[in-house]
Amino acid sequence: MARLNCYILTGSTGRPRQSGYLPGLLRQHYIPQEEHKMNKPLIDLVNISKSFDGTLVLDDLNLSVKENTFVTLLGPSGCGKTTTLRIIGGFETADTGSVIFEGEDISKLPPNKRQLNTVFQKYALFSHMNIAENIAFGLKIKGKSRAYIDDKIRYALRLVNLDGFEKRSVDSLSGGQQQRIAIARAIVNEPRVLLLDEPLGALDLKLRQDMQYELIRLKNELGITFIYVTHDQEEALTMSDTIVVMNQGYIQQMGSPEQIYNEPENAFVADFIGESNIVPGIMLRDELVEIFGARFDCVDKGFGNNTPVDVVIRPEDIDLVEPEKGTLRGVCTHLIFKGVHYEMEVTTPDGFEWLVHSTDLCPVGKEVGIHVDPFDIQIMNKPASEDEEAVGVNE
Amino acid sequence: MNNSKRLLAGPYLLWMTGFIIIPLILILYYGLTDRNGAFTLANITAISTPEHMKALWLSLVLSFVSTVICLVLAYPLAMILRHRGVGQKSFIVFIFILPMWMNFLLRTLAWQTLLEKNGVINGILTMLHLPSQSLINTPGAIIFGMVYNFLPFMVLPVYNVLCKIDDNTINAARDLGASPFQTLIRIWLPLSFPGIVSGITMVFVPALTTFVISNLLGGSKILLIGNVIEQEFMKGSNWHQGSGLSLVLMIFILISMALIAKYDKNGEGSAF
Repeated sequence: MARLNCYILTGSTGRPRQSGYLPGLLRQHYIPQEEHKMNKPLIDLVNISKSFDGTLVLDDLNLSVKENTFVTLLGPSGCGKTTTLRIIGGFETADTGSVIFEGEDISKLPPNKRQLNTVFQKYALFSHMNIAENIAFGLKIKGKSRAYIDDKIRYALRLVNLDGFEKRSVDSLSGGQQQRIAIARAIVNEPRVLLLDEPLGALDLKLRQDMQYELIRLKNELGITFIYVTHDQEEALTMSDTIVVMNQGYIQQMGSPEQIYNEPENAFVADFIGESNIVPGIMLRDELVEIFGARFDCVDKGFGNNTPVDVVIRPEDIDLVEPEKGTLRGVCTHLIFKGVHYEMEVTTPDGFEWLVHSTDLCPVGKEVGIHVDPFDIQIMNKPASEDEEAVGVNE
Repeated sequence: MNNSKRLLAGPYLLWMTGFIIIPLILILYYGLTDRNGAFTLANITAISTPEHMKALWLSLVLSFVSTVICLVLAYPLAMILRHRGVGQKSFIVFIFILPMWMNFLLRTLAWQTLLEKNGVINGILTMLHLPSQSLINTPGAIIFGMVYNFLPFMVLPVYNVLCKIDDNTINAARDLGASPFQTLIRIWLPLSFPGIVSGITMVFVPALTTFVISNLLGGSKILLIGNVIEQEFMKGSNWHQGSGLSLVLMIFILISMALIAKYDKNGEGSAF
């Protein structure tokens, strides 16, 4: 919960916004928090495998997307997230498995026959048409009336805060504006699902943050399902109802942003989502773990007695206390001011460098004690081998 | 900085003056004067004689037909090329450009030998006990020669412009519900228009002015405007008449280019 507040803070640091439609206080409302209206599954990916030139990109992937949720596929480049999206959109055919849309197999349908629309990474606007013609494209293909189309164009432009842009040319728009037109062009078709392929990747930080709020607002206003692909973990945490962490063609973990952040299921997820200290430990018994010879109380159970485990502790969950009050002792060896907090490294006698985030300063060279609250300690099973780190948890 | 830039432009200015502007002025001078150097429009109006009109008309028709055939052949080819892997692409383009490394005259002469009454093609037909065809010295032979020689000039610009179209632009059109045919009409064609225009320019203009192809494959019976002008210069030694007809031809090229430019909104491909 502390983390969530942190994001609300970063969203309202008083920077000038392009348009004042979303007052700072209201923004909290758009942080996904309630799991309402999440009904039946809308899209099911069943046993999807795909390889390119003999390289396996997706290995027996299963994924279920519920109606009216914001689902983010998150992972490093090459993890198969974009391929998954392209298979849903129909631009790629899976080698095996099927795509089920509302109980119907749409694996063989071409993209133009699917009830979903895509927003592409580099906007992919039609440069030979003006803004109105771009937005009208899908509706003209469907043979809608002139009046209906004009109505829709006005509505869509208002929705993305670009009223009056009808006659502008594509080239005269900035990246952020082009991206919003790409979104407008997709949503006028009233798709059941909107697929977004790293749509904010080409934008600068501030614009990206603004667009994040705008996307959440659109999702809430339109009530359509969003499937969003990104490699940016902050983006994923900010916007999603559900995050699907992928690596090497496998789903590593699937859950709410809080679950993913606070209870990573393996070292990859812990490492990929935010910064973390991953240390080897021994689970002595339920609710007691030994790290570097020191005993920490925790809340995890069911790992057995004297089991080697991996322990994840987030840098902001470490409290630096008087040396005698700490569970472990160490010396502060690094200190960087990061704005909101200080980033410190505390080296314990065994040589491990603990990453610590705190608003309290601890000068370099000072001896400190490390204390961690039991519920801030996350225990994970040790992978049996290096390879297993990439193996999925979805089967 | 500015001075050195001007200095760099010098050689080009010299070149343009010596090899473009002065010759044009000379053509203009010869075209508007008679043998005694007096001003006259007779060389221009000479186009209205039935013989010249027939040659000009035939030239326009044959170049137009060749350009259309080139476009119809080149566009699907460029489309196929665009969707090939990088290695295959450059190989096929290479194959298409390869004949251009051989002398233009030689290639056309080779076709003369192939198409002749007792040439290779008729030889094969006779061997198969089929009636021999009169292939050479027909308008068809000239069109064939034009298409054969100028096809690469249509393929390359169209191919280049197709390569620049982003896959996701096409995907976006499909995503928004367009069928493959609708995507061709509404996205591929408009976006590749600049390439089509420059292809048309590069085929139509040389086809309209050629005299070698018509000389070798059309025989003496079929006169194109290019042949008429050539004869004025070479055989009749009437430079004034030849220049006058050249000016008329230039006007026709200007008109056709202007027509094309009118439809080329971006102006990327036009000759101007």
